[in-house]
Amino acid sequence: MQRPVPRHKGGGVARGIPAVLSVACAFALWEIYVRLSGISPLVLPAPSRVVEQMVLNRSLLWDNTLPTIKATLAGFALSVTVAFVFSVLLDFRPRLRRALFPIFVVSQTLPLVAIAPLVVLWFGFDLAPKVLLVALVTFFPMLVSLVDGYESTDPEIEALLFSMGASRGVVFRSARLPSAMPYFFAGLRISITYAVVAAIFAEYVGARAGLGIVILNAKNSFRPDLMLAAVVISSALTLVLFALTALLQRVALRWRDFGDQR
Amino acid sequence: MSMLSMKGVSLALEGTRVLDDIALHVGAGEFVSILGPSGAGKSTILRLLTGALRPDQGVITCGGAPLDPRDHGFAFMPQRDALMPWRRIIDNATLGLEVQGVPRREARARVLPLLEAFGLSGFEGHYPAQLSGGMRQRAALLRTVAQNRSMLLLDEPFGALDALTRTRMQRWFEERWREGRWSTLLVTHDIREAVALSDRIYVLSRRPARVIAERAVPMARPRLGRPATAKAHALEAELLDILLTQTGDSP
Ligand SMILES: Nc1ncnc2c1ncn2[C@@H]1O[C@H](COP(=O)(O)OP(=O)(O)OP(=O)(O)O)[C@@H](O)[C@H]1O
Ligand SMILES: [Mg+2]
Repeated sequence: MQRPVPRHKGGGVARGIPAVLSVACAFALWEIYVRLSGISPLVLPAPSRVVEQMVLNRSLLWDNTLPTIKATLAGFALSVTVAFVFSVLLDFRPRLRRALFPIFVVSQTLPLVAIAPLVVLWFGFDLAPKVLLVALVTFFPMLVSLVDGYESTDPEIEALLFSMGASRGVVFRSARLPSAMPYFFAGLRISITYAVVAAIFAEYVGARAGLGIVILNAKNSFRPDLMLAAVVISSALTLVLFALTALLQRVALRWRDFGDQR
Repeated sequence: MSMLSMKGVSLALEGTRVLDDIALHVGAGEFVSILGPSGAGKSTILRLLTGALRPDQGVITCGGAPLDPRDHGFAFMPQRDALMPWRRIIDNATLGLEVQGVPRREARARVLPLLEAFGLSGFEGHYPAQLSGGMRQRAALLRTVAQNRSMLLLDEPFGALDALTRTRMQRWFEERWREGRWSTLLVTHDIREAVALSDRIYVLSRRPARVIAERAVPMARPRLGRPATAKAHALEAELLDILLTQTGDSP
């Protein structure tokens, strides 16, 4: 038998070339436009100026990136933990699901613009409100992906385990949980992108430090170049976290790399 | 002594009568097949035996005692192979032992010597998706046999295979069974398979399923891998006739 062909291994670096090229083109056009039009840097700074500001203000930017990373990771860890605990509870107690699911859905309908100032008002300017807001935004997608994942379990596998005398707990551990893992990682990848945005928004509403504060101060002092510098950093942060979850998925779901040979 | 006996078993599912007064038995070391048209209720009988369903009426006994739905002593093979895609073949094969509480190392040590006979040696580290249909089916059979239960319940184990692979698997399974002599209840709609493998055959009608015929199969084993005897041909023809004419109106 020949070696199995891995299913979703890409062409590595080569596959990223078109994306890098198109982004580079966009920045080049932007730079050319700013130079030719002579537009004021107070309205639209050129990419070169944004980069220059990033270098000049590197220690300010770094000091404000760390709190954002902290809030994002702490909030996300909290949300994944709580979502997992609730998903297990709801899986074992369907009546609880009917009671609690509407509340979770409502939690998703709350506008962040209104909720964020309230949470800051209640919990102060430190880490706590940011963690809570990140958790609030990412909890529901994580919960739904887990619950859907459990439901995707092959009924024949469950019937088989049941015929072997397995308890509900064993069926959960050896069939429902592994079946949910691809769904879990899909949810993780989506949620992590929300998480960074939520952390920055929470800081913007009220904090001592963070990328959100950099953006707020830059706005108040008419510095679009610094605002864009913060935007670049937050995008980079999101991309790095996204890549980490993708890597985690590759490691945890190694069995999916082995293609169907039938 | 009878390993398994069902008497007067009836069952309705969501208002549909599926089983009607079913009576059958399987002796120790006996190979019994249930033949019936598609949708008759064959899988439903196995679901009663594995405790997934309870009969509305009738008694099921197991070695003389009433069937305990949570501790029935049957090793069940579902209609599709139901291999766990995230477990390697060896870990799929030891699943039943693990559920019984056998430590993983010991379970592996018990299953490894069986790999050879099941044509899976060298593949214990593969995932199910890497295996051919026939190999997956052998892995599922290994998982069933490895449970070391008093009786096998097999739901169309070769039904999903192409004709050539199926014939090969039936020959292979006849050999395995002649070594193991497990008490077996096989569900199938393949007449040739039932005649080749069984000691006795029950024929079911269309839904609601009743037992409309019971035939003993007296031919000497092995029966596969050589020309079928005249007796086998006659029995196959008779069973085909029963299935075509007596199972009730076609839907
Ligand atoms: N939960 C259910 N509710 C209502 N009817 C059901 C239910 N489960 C099965 N049935 C019906 O019971 C009948 C028997 O089903 P079963 O799966 O036992 O058939 P089978 O003989 O194994 O068929 P096949 O050869 O196609 O596997 C079918 O006609 C099916 O429609
Ligand atoms: Mg069936």
